[in-house]
Amino acid sequence: MEVSVTVNGTVRSADVEPRTLLAHFLRDDLGLTGTNIGCDTSSCGACTVLVDGRSAKSCTLLAAQADGAEVTTIEGLAGEDGLHPMQQAFHECHALQCGYCTPGMVMAAVSLVDEYDDLDGDSVREGLEGNLCRCTGYQNIVKAVLAATE
Amino acid sequence: MTDTLDATSPFAGGIVGEARLRKEDPALLTGEAKFIDDLALPGSLWIACVRSPHAHARITSIDTSEALATEGVAAVYTGADLADAWAAPLPCAWPVTDDMKNPAHHPVAIDKANYAGDIVAVVVAESRYAAADGIEGVVVDYEPLDAVVDLADAESDRVVIHEDCGTNVSYDWALVPDPDAVDAAFADAVHHVTETYVHQRLIPAPMEPRGVAAVPSPHNGDMTLYSSTQIPHILKVMASLTLGLPEQKVRVIAPSVGGGFGCKLNVYAEEIICMALAGRHGVPVRWTETRTEAAGSTIQGRAQRQTIELAADADGRLTAVRATLLADMGAYLQLVTPGVPLLGAFLYHGLYDVPAYAFTCRSVFTNMTPTDAYRGAGRPEATYAIERAMDALAVAVGVGPDEIRSRNYIPTEKFPYDSPAGLIFDSGNYQPTLDRAKELVDWDGRRAEQADRRAAGSTKQLGVGISSYVEMCGLAPSRTLAALNYGAGGWESATVRILPTCKVQVVTGSTPHGQGHETCWSMIVADQLGVDPDDVEVLHSDTAISPLGMDTYGSRSLAVGGTALWMATEKVVDKARTIAAHMLEAAAEDLEFAGGVFSVKGSPDKEVPLAGVAFGAFTAHDLPDDVEPNLEAQVTFDPGNFVFPFGTHIAVVEVDEETGAVDLLDYAAVDDCGNQINPLIVQGQLHGGIVQGVAQALWEDAVYDADGQLRAANLADYLVPSAAECIDMKLDHTVTPSNSNPMGVKGIGEAGTIASTPAVMNAVVDALRPHGITDITMPASPMTVRRAIEVAGGGAS
Repeated sequence: MEVSVTVNGTVRSADVEPRTLLAHFLRDDLGLTGTNIGCDTSSCGACTVLVDGRSAKSCTLLAAQADGAEVTTIEGLAGEDGLHPMQQAFHECHALQCGYCTPGMVMAAVSLVDEYDDLDGDSVREGLEGNLCRCTGYQNIVKAVLAATE
Repeated sequence: MTDTLDATSPFAGGIVGEARLRKEDPALLTGEAKFIDDLALPGSLWIACVRSPHAHARITSIDTSEALATEGVAAVYTGADLADAWAAPLPCAWPVTDDMKNPAHHPVAIDKANYAGDIVAVVVAESRYAAADGIEGVVVDYEPLDAVVDLADAESDRVVIHEDCGTNVSYDWALVPDPDAVDAAFADAVHHVTETYVHQRLIPAPMEPRGVAAVPSPHNGDMTLYSSTQIPHILKVMASLTLGLPEQKVRVIAPSVGGGFGCKLNVYAEEIICMALAGRHGVPVRWTETRTEAAGSTIQGRAQRQTIELAADADGRLTAVRATLLADMGAYLQLVTPGVPLLGAFLYHGLYDVPAYAFTCRSVFTNMTPTDAYRGAGRPEATYAIERAMDALAVAVGVGPDEIRSRNYIPTEKFPYDSPAGLIFDSGNYQPTLDRAKELVDWDGRRAEQADRRAAGSTKQLGVGISSYVEMCGLAPSRTLAALNYGAGGWESATVRILPTCKVQVVTGSTPHGQGHETCWSMIVADQLGVDPDDVEVLHSDTAISPLGMDTYGSRSLAVGGTALWMATEKVVDKARTIAAHMLEAAAEDLEFAGGVFSVKGSPDKEVPLAGVAFGAFTAHDLPDDVEPNLEAQVTFDPGNFVFPFGTHIAVVEVDEETGAVDLLDYAAVDDCGNQINPLIVQGQLHGGIVQGVAQALWEDAVYDADGQLRAANLADYLVPSAAECIDMKLDHTVTPSNSNPMGVKGIGEAGTIASTPAVMNAVVDALRPHGITDITMPASPMTVRRAIEVAGGGAS
C-alpha cells in the first residue's frame, strides 16, 4: 500500500506492506536510521519520534497509521545553527554514553518540555518513564532536560 | 592541578583531569552514528532462527517444506544440513581445569536442544519480515525431556544434560593457599559467621540488541564480519578457527555499539551462522536480534549460590574467610563462562586484612541460557558475599557496620599488600572513603531517624547499608592469565602516528561501546604532545585498521590500553627528539619538550616545534643516518599487575512494612580509581554502574520456571529500571594512584555495579532487622519483602 508521510518537513512516499511498522518505514524505506529499535514490547522508547508534534513510539504504530501525518525524527532536530538545545544540553551534561537510547530519549524530552511547564527533577523522571537507558543511570539525562528548559 | 590528579601524576597543567565534553556525542545525538542494523548492504539476505521452545528435548524430525514455500524464503538449514560448515564447535577460551567438562556446542543443534532458545534451524530470506514468516513454516517434532533448572538438582545428576560428559558438573576449582591455617583460624575463632546468598540470573540488556552482517567476497575469499561486539579482535581469531577460514582473509568490524556490559564479549552462534551462510550464498547475510529473542540468544549473568564463613577474634578482627560457590553455567560453556567465578575467587576477603583464605567453586550445567561475563563478572558476587557477611559479623560482635569495617580494612601502610589469595594490591587508603560517604548521607542523622521510627512503631522503616569494595581489574597480566588456564593474553596495543601536517592518528586495540575512549585517548595524547585534542583522531574497532587488540572488558581499557597509548606517545616523542636534536644541532639529552616545542636547555631561542619535526620526518630530506622517515610508534603493553580501585558506597532505603515496597532515598558513593583522566566520564560510569547494581538488588530477575521457561523474557517483564525508579546519587572521590602503570590510573567501568548491590541489600536487611530478618533474597521485590515479614511473624498476611 502507498503511504505518504511528511518526515522532517519533506513529503516522503513509499509502497509498503500493510504490516510495516512506522519504525521500519523510517529506517528501511526512508533510510532514516537515527531512530533506533531496542525492544519488541513498546517498553524501551528507543524508537521515539514526534508524530504531529507529540512523542510516539514508532514501533507501536504502523506506517499506514502515520499516513498524512507530520513526523519529526532525530535527523530533523538539528538546524543550520547546529544542535537543537536539547541535543546541546545532552552533550554538555554528558547525558549519553553508548548513544543507542539517545535519539528516542532526546525526542521524548523535546516533547516533554513542549507539553509541560514548571518541570522539576521528579516530573522529568516521571515523564521519561517510557524511555530506558542502560548506561547513564539517568542522572545526567534529568540534568540535561532541566538545563534545556532554562 | 585538579583534585582529580595526584601530585605525582605525570600530567600537570594540561587538560587531563578536566571534565571535558565528549567527541563521540555529535554523531550519536543526531542519528549520524551507524549501529549494526543501520548499515546499508544492498542485496543482503536475512536470517531468522528457529529456536527450541523446550528447555530440554530431543529433536525427532524437522519439516522445512512449508517454510521453503513461503514467499521470499531462499533456503532453510537444519543442524544436520550445516554439520560440515563448522571446523570446530563454538569456542570456550577458558578451560579452567584440565578435566573441565565442555560439551560440544554447535551453532545449530542437531539431535537435542538443551535450553529454550537453542537454535534448531535457520531460515534465509530476502527480508527480515520474510525470514520471520519463514520460521512459522518450520515444523519441528520434539521429545521433551525433564529440565534441570535448580543447581542442587543439577549437581545431583538426576538428569544428565550432556550424556557424553557423564555428569552435570563442569568443574571443581579451588584456591586454598594454606588449608591448615584456615582450619586453625576457624578452630580458634571467637566469632564464626556462616551466611548463604543467592545471586539470581540477570539479563545484561544493553539497549542495542545484538546484530550481525557477514559480507563475503566470493571470488577473492575475503569475509568481512560486522557485529555488535565488544571484541572484534578476539572474534576474528575465534571465527577463523571455528569456520576453518584463513585468518588473514577475515576482517571484523564493530560499528557503533549500543552498550555491551559483558554480553557482547562473546562468540555467538549467529555470528558464525551468518559467516557460513554468506559464504554459501555469496551475498551479505544479516541478522538483528529482537529483544524477546535475546532471552534465549544472549548470555546471562551472575547465577550463583554462595556460602561464606568468617572467622574473627573477640574484637571482630577477621582471622579467616572461607567461600564456597555453586555456579550455574547454563546449557553450554560460552567464551569465558567457566572463568567468571574465578574472576571473583581472589576477592572474597574484600578489602580486609585477613591472614587465612579458602575459596572453592563447583560449576554445573543446567537447561537454561548460558551464563558468561556481565558487568563486574565475579567481582560483584565476591563483594556481595563479603559485604553482606561483614554486616552479619558486626551484629555478632555487637558493633556498627562502619566500625567492623574500620577494624578490618587493610592498613594503608601495608601497601603494596600481599593478599591471602596471592595477589598484590597496588595501592589503597580505605578509611577516608567510608568517612566521606558517611558525611554525604548524614550517617548520624539517619541513624537517629531510624531509631525514632523504630521507637514510634512506624510502618515505614529506614535502613542504612554500607558496602566497601576493592576490585581487581585492568585485565590482565598475561602470565597470570596463563596460570588460570585462560586461552589468551591480557596485553593491549596502541599506535601513535603524527601526520605530516602535525595532526595525530591514534590506533587503539581497545574497542569502545559507550565508554568515551575517543575523548580520553585524545586528552592523553594532546597533553603529551602539546597539541589540540581535536587534532587527535582515535581509530578503533576494525581489525584492518587496528590489527592488534584484546578489546574492552574487565575495566581494562585505560589501565592497559591507555598505558599502551601513553607509552607509544612517549616513544614517538623520543624519535621526534632525535630528529629535533639533529635539526637544532644539539644533543638529544639537552632538549626540553613542552607545549609542543623542542628547545635547547639554556638556549630558549633555539627551538623547533613538533610540526616542524613532523614535516621533516615526512620529507626525510635531512634525517640522522640511523633514523627512519615518519613519526609513528606502536607499543604493546602487558601489565605487570592488576589495578585495584576501591571505595565505599552507602544506601539509605525506606521499607514499607505493609506493602513490602522498598524506596531508595539516598545514595552516596566515594570511589578511588587513582588519577582521573576525565572526571565527567568517571562519574558517568559510576552513575550507570550503580543503577545496574541497584537493579539487581531491587528489580531485575531472569526467573525460570520448573520447565526451564524464562518468565521475564522481554523488557515488559524484566524490570530494567527507568528514570522514575532512580534517584540522584551523591558522588565524591579520593585519589590514590596505582603503581601498576605510569599514569597511576585504575579502572572504573565496573566499580559502581560491584559496590551498589550489597549496599542496597545491607540497607534493606538493616531496615528489617527488628523483625529478626537477616537475609532477603534478591530482588527485594514488594512480594519478597512482605513475605519475609510474614514468615518472621511481623504482620498478618
